[in-house]
Order: sequence, then C-alpha cells, then structure tokens
Amino acid sequence: MTKITGGHITGFLASRRTDKWWFEPLWTGLGFLAFVIYTTWAMFQGDHYWWSAGQDGFGGYLSPFYSPLLFIKEGVSGSAPLDHAWFGSWPGWWPKLIPATPAILILAGPLSFRMTCYYYRKFYYRAYFMSPPACAVEGVPQKNYKGETMLLVFQNLHRYTLYIALGFVAILSYDGILSLFRGGDFGIGVGSIILIINPILLAGYAFGCHAFRHITGGSQDCFTCPNGEPTIRYKVWKGVSWLNGRHMFWAWASMLWVAFADIYVRMVASGQWVDYSTWSN
Amino acid sequence: MRLRNFQIYRGDNNEGTMEQYKTEVDQGMVVLDVIHRIQAEQAGDLAVRWNCKAGKCGSCSVEINGKPKLACMTRMNEYGADETISIRPLKAFPIMKDLVPEVSWNYEQNKRIAPFKPDPHKRNENGDYVMMQEDIDRVQEFRKCIECYLCQNVCHVLRDHNRKDAFVGPRFMIRLASLEMHPIDTEDRIPDIKDSYGSGMCNITRCCTDVCPEHIQITDNGIIPLKERVVDRYYDPVVKLFRWLFRKK
Amino acid sequence: MNISEIKTIEHDVIVLGAGGAGLRAAIECSMQGLSTGLVCKSLLGKAHTVMAEGGVAAALGNVDSRDNWKVHFRDTMRGGKFLNNWRMAELHAKEAPERVRELEEWGAVFDRTKSGLINQRNFGGHRYPRLAHVGDRTGLEIIRTLQDYGIHQGIDVYMECTGLDLLKDGDRISGMVGMWRETGEFVIFKSKAVILATGGGGKAWKITSNSWEYTGDGYGMAYEAGAELMDIEFTQFHPTGMIWPPSVRGILVTEGVRGEGGILVNSEGQRFMFDNIPERFSAETADTEKEAARWLEGDKDARRPPELLTRDVVARAIRKEVKAGLGSPHGGAFLDIASRRNAEDIQKKLPSMYHQFKVLAELDITEEPMEVGPTLHYFMGGVRVDPDSQMTCVPGLFAAGECAAGVHGANRLGGNSLSDLLVCGKLAGEGAANFVQSGQSEPDLDETQVKAIIRSATDILNRESGENPYLIHERLQDTMQNHVGIVRDDELLSRGISDIEILWDDFHKVKADGSSQFNPGWHEAISLRNLLITSEAVARAARMRKESRGAHTRIDFEGERDEWLKVNIVVRKSEDGSMSVETVERENPDSELERIANLSIEEIEEEVSREAAGKI
Repeated sequence: MTKITGGHITGFLASRRTDKWWFEPLWTGLGFLAFVIYTTWAMFQGDHYWWSAGQDGFGGYLSPFYSPLLFIKEGVSGSAPLDHAWFGSWPGWWPKLIPATPAILILAGPLSFRMTCYYYRKFYYRAYFMSPPACAVEGVPQKNYKGETMLLVFQNLHRYTLYIALGFVAILSYDGILSLFRGGDFGIGVGSIILIINPILLAGYAFGCHAFRHITGGSQDCFTCPNGEPTIRYKVWKGVSWLNGRHMFWAWASMLWVAFADIYVRMVASGQWVDYSTWSN
Repeated sequence: MRLRNFQIYRGDNNEGTMEQYKTEVDQGMVVLDVIHRIQAEQAGDLAVRWNCKAGKCGSCSVEINGKPKLACMTRMNEYGADETISIRPLKAFPIMKDLVPEVSWNYEQNKRIAPFKPDPHKRNENGDYVMMQEDIDRVQEFRKCIECYLCQNVCHVLRDHNRKDAFVGPRFMIRLASLEMHPIDTEDRIPDIKDSYGSGMCNITRCCTDVCPEHIQITDNGIIPLKERVVDRYYDPVVKLFRWLFRKK
Repeated sequence: MNISEIKTIEHDVIVLGAGGAGLRAAIECSMQGLSTGLVCKSLLGKAHTVMAEGGVAAALGNVDSRDNWKVHFRDTMRGGKFLNNWRMAELHAKEAPERVRELEEWGAVFDRTKSGLINQRNFGGHRYPRLAHVGDRTGLEIIRTLQDYGIHQGIDVYMECTGLDLLKDGDRISGMVGMWRETGEFVIFKSKAVILATGGGGKAWKITSNSWEYTGDGYGMAYEAGAELMDIEFTQFHPTGMIWPPSVRGILVTEGVRGEGGILVNSEGQRFMFDNIPERFSAETADTEKEAARWLEGDKDARRPPELLTRDVVARAIRKEVKAGLGSPHGGAFLDIASRRNAEDIQKKLPSMYHQFKVLAELDITEEPMEVGPTLHYFMGGVRVDPDSQMTCVPGLFAAGECAAGVHGANRLGGNSLSDLLVCGKLAGEGAANFVQSGQSEPDLDETQVKAIIRSATDILNRESGENPYLIHERLQDTMQNHVGIVRDDELLSRGISDIEILWDDFHKVKADGSSQFNPGWHEAISLRNLLITSEAVARAARMRKESRGAHTRIDFEGERDEWLKVNIVVRKSEDGSMSVETVERENPDSELERIANLSIEEIEEEVSREAAGKI
C-alpha cells in the first residue's frame, strides 16, 4: 500500500477506517459459502428427499431442493413414489458420470434468481469480488473498471429469473399443501409447518424483487393518472416497495429456511429425527 | 478538562502531512466544533469548508477515522475518550487545501443533465400544475439531497477506479431519477443514462446509500429503478420484440 | 503592484451572492439578455437560503380560498408595524403567487393538497394557511430549483470568491474587486451594474441562526460606496432557536413546529402565550386552549393559537418567562409537539427538525419537548432601494433580499423572506436590465481604487504582528449580544457603541497568519470591516429610535410612538468618513393601500369575498 496526499493510502484493501469493516463481508461471505457447500452436498445425495411415513396416497413431505420432481430414480432410499414425477422414471440416456439426482435438474432455477438479485449482487461483489469489500476500503485494483457494462451485462436479465422464481413459489406452495396430507388424510406435523413457511419466505423475497417492483409500478411516472385516483398498480407497488425495503431480510431468511427444510426432510426420511404430528398417534 | 488527540491533514494536492493537535472537548460538541476550536486557538489558517452547521447545506464533508461524514453532524461522544481522531479531506477529489476538496467536477456533471421540461398540458384551467402527493413522493425523496458529495466520494467507481469519464456518480443518478420519475416532465434521458451517464458502471454495492446523511435510498429507490428502465429500453428481448412488432410505421 | 497583472472579467451585471435573491436576480438579468456574472463566497447551492425551513408565503388560496394579495399585504403591514415601504409590501404580496408558480415550472416540487395543488401551511402572523412548502426544507428546494434552472441560462458562476469592495466611475458603479478564496488571488469584475444579494449580518451576534457567510458584506460595501442603510436597527430575534447543547446554540427550530400545532410552555407546564397577546392581535387570537385546539383541527371559525403571534411578540414572551425564573433548565422555554401530534405525523411534517434534534441534541422530538430560546435571525432593514427597480441612490447599484430594506418594516413574518427574495430578486434583475439597456456607456476602471482595496486586504497578511481576527470577532459578538440584543436601552447601546469604537481600533491592527491560500483566518479578518460597519449602524440607529416597535424593543421608551412612524432612520458615510445617522421623512402611502391595511379582519374578508363573487 502506498501513501498518497490527503493522508490517504492506496492499494488493495487500503483504508483509513479504524472500525471492523471486514466483519460484514466476512460473515456474509462465510454464511453464503456454508449454504453453497451444503446445497451442493445435498443436491448430489439424490436420496432421503421425500417422506410420508411409509404411506401411499395423497400427501407427504418433499424437500424443496428436489421440487419439482421432473424424473424419479426408483429404488433409492427416501425417494418419492413414481407417480410424483412430472415426466416419469429417470431417463436411460443420463450420463453415468453425473449422479442421477432430481435436484440437479432444477436447482439452477432458483439459483439464477438469487445470483442476479440486486441484493445478492451487493453482497457478493463485496464479499467475494472485493469490488469493493467495504465502503471506503479499496478493492481489487483494475486498470479499466467497467462495472456491469461488459462481462456482467447479463445481470440485466434479472426479470426473467424472477419469472422462474415465481414458478417456484407456486410449486413450493403446492408442496406446502401436500405436506398437510399423509396417505390422503388431513393433518399437520412439524414438517408441514416448515414446508408451509418455506414458500411464504420465498414469496416475501420474490415479491419484493427490484425487477418486480419495476414491473408492478416503478416504470410509471404517474401513479394517479388518468383520473387523479391512486391506481391499483400504485397500491401493488406500495406493497412491493414495503417488501423491497426488507429485501435483505427475506433473501437470507428464505435461503436459510430452504436449506433447513431440506435438512429436516432428510433427517426425518433417514430416521434420525422424529416428526411430531397429528397423525402419529 | 482532559485534552483529546486529533490528527488533521495539512497540505494540498501535492504534499502534506497529518498534523497532531490536542484540544479540549465540551459536552455536545461535534467534530466541526473541534476543527473550529483548533482553528481559533492553534491554526488560524486551517482550511475547512462549512456553512450551516446543521446538516442542511452539505459543505463540511470530510473523512473521520476513515469514514466519509459531515463534520457538523458527527458528535464527539461517538468516539472513545482515548481515541485519536483523524480528519482527512475527501479522497475522490483533488485537494485545494487541508480539508477542502476541489469539487468542480460535480458541477460540470450537473450541467450536462438535460433540464426539467414540464408538459404544458398538465395545467388545469387556472394555470396550475396538478400533481398528486402519491406521484411526487419518490421525487421529493431525491430532492432532499444536500449535495454533500459524500456518495460521490465513497463510490468506488469514482474513488478507486477514477472512472469520472464514464459515470456521473450516485448524486447525479438520483438527480436523473428525480427528473425521470417526475410526473410532468417530458424529456427522455434514458439513452444518456445508459451511455453517457453510465448507469451500467454502478455495481450496486450501496456504499452511497450507507453514507447519505439525508438517508436517501440512493441505490434501491434511485439507481436500480433507472437500471430497470434502461433494461426496458435496451436489454429485455421480449420488450424489444414487442416494440419491433408494434412499431409505428 | 501592477494592476494589469490582475485578471479582469467583464459583464453587464455582477450579482454578488447566490442565495435565493441572487440566483433569481441573475436568472432575470440573463433572461433580459444581459451578460451576467454571479459571484458567491461559498459553493453554488450552499447559501443561507437552504436554512429556510417553513415555507414561502404567497396568497395562492389553495388551502383557504378566501386568501388573496390584499390579506397578505395587510398581514405583512401589521406584522411590520406599518413601517414597511408601502409600495414594496404591495409588490411583494401581489407578485409572490406568480413567483411560486414559476418555481414549479422550473422544477420545484412542493407538497400537494388532496386535489393536487401546491399545499400551504399556517404560520405566525398569516391569517390563512399561506406557506407553500416542502416538508421543512423549503429553502433547499428553492435554491436547488433556481440553481438547476440557472445553470442552463448562460450565467457565469464564480464560486468561492469574496467580494471585497465596489468600484465607482464618478458617481456610478463600475464593478467590484473580488478575491478567490482558494488561491488568495484578486480579480476585477468590470460591470455597469452590481446587484447586492449578500443577506444580512447575523454573525455579529453570539447566538444566531446565521452561518459564517452572514457578515454584512452588502451593507459594508454599499455603505463604503455611498449608498444608504435604512431601518437597520430592526434585527429579528427568532423566538425558537436551539439552546442546548452549547455548541448548537442558536440553530433554528422552524416556526413550522408551531404551525403544525406545537405549543410553548414554561418550567411549570403553563402555556404562557395566552398571557402575552398584544391588543392589536387580540381580536384574531384564541383566548382559550379549547379554541386553539379547534383551530388546529381546521375549524375556520376558531381563532389562531397565540403561539402563532408574530416573532417579536413570542421572542419577548419567552424572555419574560426566563426573567421571571420560569425558564427551562438551560434558560429558554419548552416547545412541545410530542403531546400534540403522533410520531408519524411529526416525522412526515418536520423531518429535518426530527433529525436535527436526534443527532445534535440526542433528543427525540416525538417523545420529549424541545428547549428553545431567541436567536438572531434576520435583518428587516438594510440597503435603501427604490421599491420598483431595487436601485440604491448610487446609479448602477442594486440590492435585493435580506440585504435590502423595505418589505418587512419593523418585523418580518415567517415565510415572507422566501417570497421577498423571489419577488425582489426578479425586480432587481429587471431594474438592472433597464438600467444597463438605457444606454449606459462603458465605465472606466480607476486603478487607485483597485490598489487601495487590494492593499487593505493584503496589509492584514503583511503585518509583523497584530490582533487575532477570531478574538476580535468573538468580542464583537459578546458586545452585540449583551448590548444590542433583544431588549435595548440608551445606556446599553451607548456602551455597545463605545465597545465597537475600540474594536475598530483593534481591527486596524488585525493580523492573519499563514499564506494567502484558502486561509480562514485571513477571510475572517477581511469580513470584520463589514461586520463592524453593520454593528455600528445597528447600534447607532437603535440608539436614535426612541420607541419600541416590532423587533426593536427599548425598555426606556416603551410602546410605539406615532412620531416615529413618520420617519425612517437612514445611515450613510459622511464626507469626513464618520457614520452619519439621521431620520428621513417617509412618503405618504397610497390611499388605497392605506385603506386596505387598516381594514378590520371582518371588513377585509367581506370585501374579498364580495370581489370573488363578482368574478364568478
């Protein structure tokens, strides 16, 4: 690091801040890393993602990492019955080298939404790209900084990943309803609560998305045209704006919860945890 | 009363040092009071810019212990009694002298922005413009800006990468937002926002919002909505297709 | 010294000061086709106008349709205790609405009524809700609007340049010498006209809402150039300035707090303003808390609460409570909005007050009352100008805004300052344009004047040793605070004047250390001359005016005296260089204006409604 005028210094991580500026990028960076490691591991397992206490019929717990089930590989411990698959049993052409796990087919969907999200961008540009790591702390030196104009221009397609995410909100909501049934009987278990909270958090996150805020009303210059009364779009925009103001909360809460939901289903399906429920007795 | 320790930059854009000062601090004092006391008692020629001393004019922007702040709104009791407090000029701009930065670049940017152009048809029969409060809430948030340039200073595009050629900075992004979202403005600035003012240079790391003394949500309410408007015009393939299909011949 | 080495900048007109009045004047000059230079001590957009909080008074009638210019005019005259220049008060009331609408055309975004028009709020002394506003940052909105509009009008802006003194070619103005604050280099502005828009001189007092810029530059320069200062003894003490902690003493607490329902109470919790209603206003002021409460709820038949009496009345009432031992812990009164409005309303209506107290005093105004006390705020008097053209007795020299006298008489109503600077700024611009375009020849520059001005500035740096400028300033502030304060008498004022004479001697020996580059000590020393001229003028004029009127309170001459209503006090520099102070007979008012001003409130309301009905 080099001293320059103004009493400042320059160079990678140069800062005159005296507080613990590295704390935030560190915990967010490690927190997300832990999530990525767990998700990857869980994705490759391909088992213990479904549980219905051994009962057939309508209902059961499905791990959100594995939903929707496009194809199902039969005979795996903790897998869903074949009739839960959208397209039937696992395709024969699937390469041997890649594990036959339903999660691998769909996880890119929600991931693409998170990776282009305006909140996640802040966090990972800070924590991983160090561009900059914290305010008034110098980042990785770059000769000709281009921001999001060149390589990162794809970030502008965030709104399309939103549509995918909204699809997941619908599917996971259905999974939540499904979790209230076991063998066709209505009831409620700890797992039901977890799987119902999951789409609520994801919805809080997706409906607070900046792109959604733009689509609902942000693109308008006038909220009361043509007749001077606030439009429905305005009211929706106000609601979206409320969520958007807490986007970071919803992002983390929904992310941690979805991992927890997978852990819960996995532990119950593998017999490690007991699922307390109204069906049990 | 115990003396407290201060380090203040003394010098210009070519050379200078951090000078040590010791002075008393009374109850309720802010950092600007300390600078004034040092000025009156020890260093009559210590240069600092200030006006209102109430957080309304945005003149006394400095970096206190490395953090960009208004000296008049930073209370001394935020710091420990034994802490040495360092005060430096803004890093992103050349230094005129001591704590005074040369901020004329910002004024040049403002001049580049196409001015407000109201729609005369939005007047009522008495000649008054009719605008509802709901329509101007957004604009009024941006117009709270006191032009302290702390956001310009902390923005890494300007501060670290010195891309003043490619990006007008957060202050002028919200100025643009206040015009673009104005219910009766008719000017179209979206092409310039993308190309000339550089909305794509911002990577929304939100330091501008963090330092804003007026608590304007610069990134979430200003820059991101502008980026989304740019997406509408230039990046969204479906909107593009739609526009091409239904274009006016 | 060779003055050919000094850069000379030529314009048709130079506007000194870039607050609301200066910017509006410059815009007008430029629109009228003049080559215009705008010179300001600070950066553009930082002038004191940003501190104006409550709003701009204009009889738009958006909230109460009964309002019109006649009522505004009458309120202004009564607030000014009839010492206002009749014509200026008329122009001000008539043109303010158009100036406000024009701001909207230029991009200002005022708060709205439910029907989408510019919203207006109540303020002290105004009969109806009249102040167009933006939360409590109206001044910022106005200055930013004028700034953003002005930069596209072809005005050349010279920032951080101090005006030192005016140049004259014979009797008329030929320009000004300035100094770049950054480099300490001098610059000559050659122009046919100069508009002074330098604001007031509040920095002569210790407790003031004014910033460092308020050093009476316009007064000092006009005085030295042979122009007259009028009514300068009328210095307004705003009743509600912050008083705790000490470092923020004087910072303004907007009248909007009272406009939104805030009340003043003493240490015993008593709402003392009910005991301080002057006779002149008793017919229009509520005499019970119940009626005041009804008014706040929007009952048009209820009379306004006494907290909204004019500023001079409220400031004196607070002082009286403190004298009687009923003050707040730090010697003021309690201003309570927390018990009157819910937290959300307070934060929405008074965001910057909320923020200011939260940060500077660590006090939550939605929970606790504020401690407030009088703070020097505004000069009603100033440079004497012609009401229509804003020109002084020096051809080519104009003044507008707080720098000029006339609109406000003995006391200014809140909100009338922002309207004054818009209306009079425009008038001054027009006046200067008419003057310049009336076939003025190129003025000649007088080298000896330039050299003398520069020498008196550089002497301060070149002295071997001398007085510390900061200390001289501090002593002046003590003198003015103690001797030329809110309540005056002959003895105090005489002591003040003799103190100022001593300070003049010290000023002639003032020494600033350091180089000429951005040297605050030097800048402080340079401004002392104008501060001293201003202070001396105030003190001498105050000693001469042997009555109590508006903001000028003499305990040895209580009450308004009719003979003093007939005159203005005018200060000018006499031949021998001493300060001459004399009374000048006022012109007889236009009979129609006199009639309007003297109507009772019922009469004027009836007349106005009759006119409105006639129109339909």
